[in-house]
Amino acid sequence: MLHAFVNSIDPYFLQILVNIGIGITLALGLNIITGLTGQLSLGHAAFMSVGAFTGALLTLKTGTPFYLNLLLSGLFSAAVAALIGWPILRLTGDYLAICTLGFAEIVKVVFLNLEITNKALGLTVPTPTSALPMPVIVLMVAILAIVASVLIQNSRFGRALKAIRDDEIAAESVGINIARYKVQSFAVSAFMAGVGGCLYAHFLGYINPSDFGFLKSIDMLSMVVLGGLGSIPGAVFGASILSAAPEFLRFMSQYRMLVYGALLVFLMVFRPNGLLGGVNLTDLVLRKLGIRRHGATRNQEGSQ
Amino acid sequence: MFLQQLINGIALGSTYALIALGYTMVYGIIALINFAHGEIFMVGAFVGLLMVGVFKLNIFLAMACAMIFCMVLGVVIEFIAYRPLRKSSRLSALISAIGVSIFLSSLALMVFGANAKGFPEQAFSSRQIHIGNADISTLQLLIIGVSAALMIGLEFIVQKTKIGKAMRATSEDYNTAALMGVNVNFVISFTFALGSALAAAGGVLVGMLFNAVSFNMGLMAGLKAFAAAVLGGIGSIPGAMLGGLLLGVTEVFGVAIGYSSYRDAIAFAILVLVLLVRPTGLLGRKVMTKV
Amino acid sequence: MTALLKLDNATIRFDGLVAVNGVDLEIEKGEILALIGPNGAGKSTIFNLITGIYPPTEGGISFNGKSIAGLPPYVIAGGGIGRTFQNIRLFKELTVLENVLIGAHTRGRWDLTGALLKLLPQVRREEGRLLKLAIHCLTQVGLAHKAYEQACNLPYGEQRRLEIARALAIEPVLILLDEPAAGMNPQEKRTLLEMVRNIRAAGVTVFLVEHDMKFVMGLSDRIAVLDYGVKIAEGRPEEVRANPAVIEAYLGKGTMR
Repeated sequence: MLHAFVNSIDPYFLQILVNIGIGITLALGLNIITGLTGQLSLGHAAFMSVGAFTGALLTLKTGTPFYLNLLLSGLFSAAVAALIGWPILRLTGDYLAICTLGFAEIVKVVFLNLEITNKALGLTVPTPTSALPMPVIVLMVAILAIVASVLIQNSRFGRALKAIRDDEIAAESVGINIARYKVQSFAVSAFMAGVGGCLYAHFLGYINPSDFGFLKSIDMLSMVVLGGLGSIPGAVFGASILSAAPEFLRFMSQYRMLVYGALLVFLMVFRPNGLLGGVNLTDLVLRKLGIRRHGATRNQEGSQ
Repeated sequence: MFLQQLINGIALGSTYALIALGYTMVYGIIALINFAHGEIFMVGAFVGLLMVGVFKLNIFLAMACAMIFCMVLGVVIEFIAYRPLRKSSRLSALISAIGVSIFLSSLALMVFGANAKGFPEQAFSSRQIHIGNADISTLQLLIIGVSAALMIGLEFIVQKTKIGKAMRATSEDYNTAALMGVNVNFVISFTFALGSALAAAGGVLVGMLFNAVSFNMGLMAGLKAFAAAVLGGIGSIPGAMLGGLLLGVTEVFGVAIGYSSYRDAIAFAILVLVLLVRPTGLLGRKVMTKV
Repeated sequence: MTALLKLDNATIRFDGLVAVNGVDLEIEKGEILALIGPNGAGKSTIFNLITGIYPPTEGGISFNGKSIAGLPPYVIAGGGIGRTFQNIRLFKELTVLENVLIGAHTRGRWDLTGALLKLLPQVRREEGRLLKLAIHCLTQVGLAHKAYEQACNLPYGEQRRLEIARALAIEPVLILLDEPAAGMNPQEKRTLLEMVRNIRAAGVTVFLVEHDMKFVMGLSDRIAVLDYGVKIAEGRPEEVRANPAVIEAYLGKGTMR
């Protein structure tokens, strides 16, 4: 019955919605390592790629049900992240970023040369048969991603990540094992990227290692930066805009990367908190309802 | 065979060295990885191409034009995208640099199209010279010669001139240099200009070496040059030269023994290895952070 | 009585510069020990040695009888040594409360699973406990009323107090205060004096570095003096004040009153 409902929606509109859903998952994943923990990952497309190919191969070669595929893709990406994260995450900011970029390139080249991933020809992925239609699954995953992000942000785990982002030496001085938390954060990020990749593979129907290059990583980064690094509504917002925009701006498609590039510079120089960063959604909503929370005086007087 | 590959490697490596120098100088002075540096290399190649193809200049004049154009470009980029962020977090500056990089390569794509363009025949007619059982082309000689000349020139500027002293002071200790009266903004702009000029020269030379100039040559070359800079020790000028040469030779030998499809990955593998095993590189200094 | 913290011929060399040279120092449980000395004497370096930021080039450091030399900072902090920093290192973008909650990190144990299973009673209980601890520490430094302010919006003196609260949240056995009175006006210093006395009264041993002599004299049980990385004097405040070597080290700059 749900299938019938979904099929009655305009497929073009549906495609945009699914893209947004996948984008949200990817952006929220990147937000955890880059926004929350402050470690710039320029190669996150690699984890998307790992997840995409894992999921695709599971569907093609084995008969595992789709939900399990999703989970396994995420877990495998997380495992890869933990493995390479352990040595890499001890590097400082700039070096780490370049290293992740290098890693992503290595993954791309390796996948382009492996038999199992069909080298440069890519893989065609059949639509999975599942009780729920694909768009609904994507929606559910996106919602789970949002919920998980919110839960993480306000927990002891999330606080440790934020501490690492703000001042590693101070974080260490209160007993936080920086290396361990960075790797865990990286793994969670990769999990979400992997799940997103798996969804992407099954929805698009065809994947090629070249799809997951530097530009894809920048796509993901732009979503998070646009909305505001570290902000969950920001990531959702950024993902929505940038996933839907290519459709609406199809006539401008050659300008897309040009705009992205200028946008990144513009945002960093004039509004580094992104469009929604620094906005606390709960406070905003409550204030509109006339309720002041905690007598909060955010950013009123500057520091003396 | 060994000698031949060595020659090829040195020629290629010289170009990496030229680009790597820009990275290392900028990093040494403001601790920023100028992500857009690779695109300056690309722009230099296109300018050189235009000068030769459209204005029929000879190769040396074309290179000079490319260098001047890119010097200005480099200074402008620093002014717009990096200077406002000097007090901000490193992450912001890095993202801004990425933005510039994407902007420039997309611009090039729009203006010049996706196909690689080659240098016209008369740009530089290359002959082969025999040395032992290897051939070295006059083009390769040109590349090695020009690179060497530029690097010597750079060393001279850095070691023997007043501005060079100011550069070294600023890269040692930014704040103290400013307090001592060094016009830090000017020094930084000058550093960008120098680095960009070298990258532009590298661009023209590489364009001729592979006879291909395209909008996306910047990213790959930039990343490889960065790997070279890290290998040699980021912040060290001789390190960048050494790293560039080593990387060029390793890449050529790697392809020769059969890893040609992994060609690009070689540089990244080196990069990752160096960062993990010896992050200060071959000639870099260990920096202690004050707590 | 075995000392709580013991530096045994502790030495640290940075590329030829000897920052700390064969320092023997013992801190007794429950005391307030101050470390003074001219600028650049190596005082903060000693702190960094103790908290594990640099390992000693020679010599040993032991805490409660067990060696801690070479251990990473987070392990040492987890063992009960808290610290503040000479240049304030707060989590600027976070709230006052979050800063101290992070300080209480080692008092909890639920990580990712705890985050995702937030509603689990064990997790809820732990969060409640951490919150209570954080508010207690904030009350100790008199900042509980500013719990939801952003840390960077606090005036300088309060930021220093916040750093102390954060260190207290470790529930430390020993707390290292690095120039806690720096930049404070006399009124703030009086408040701080009381605060440190209360901290000691609550059972925490205090080791502090300070430049303000009046502050140090009025507060400490014992004082150690460092000059060019070498300990040149140690004893009760009156003894140290009269010590000719100490006076000479300061070259009569008028800091001794």
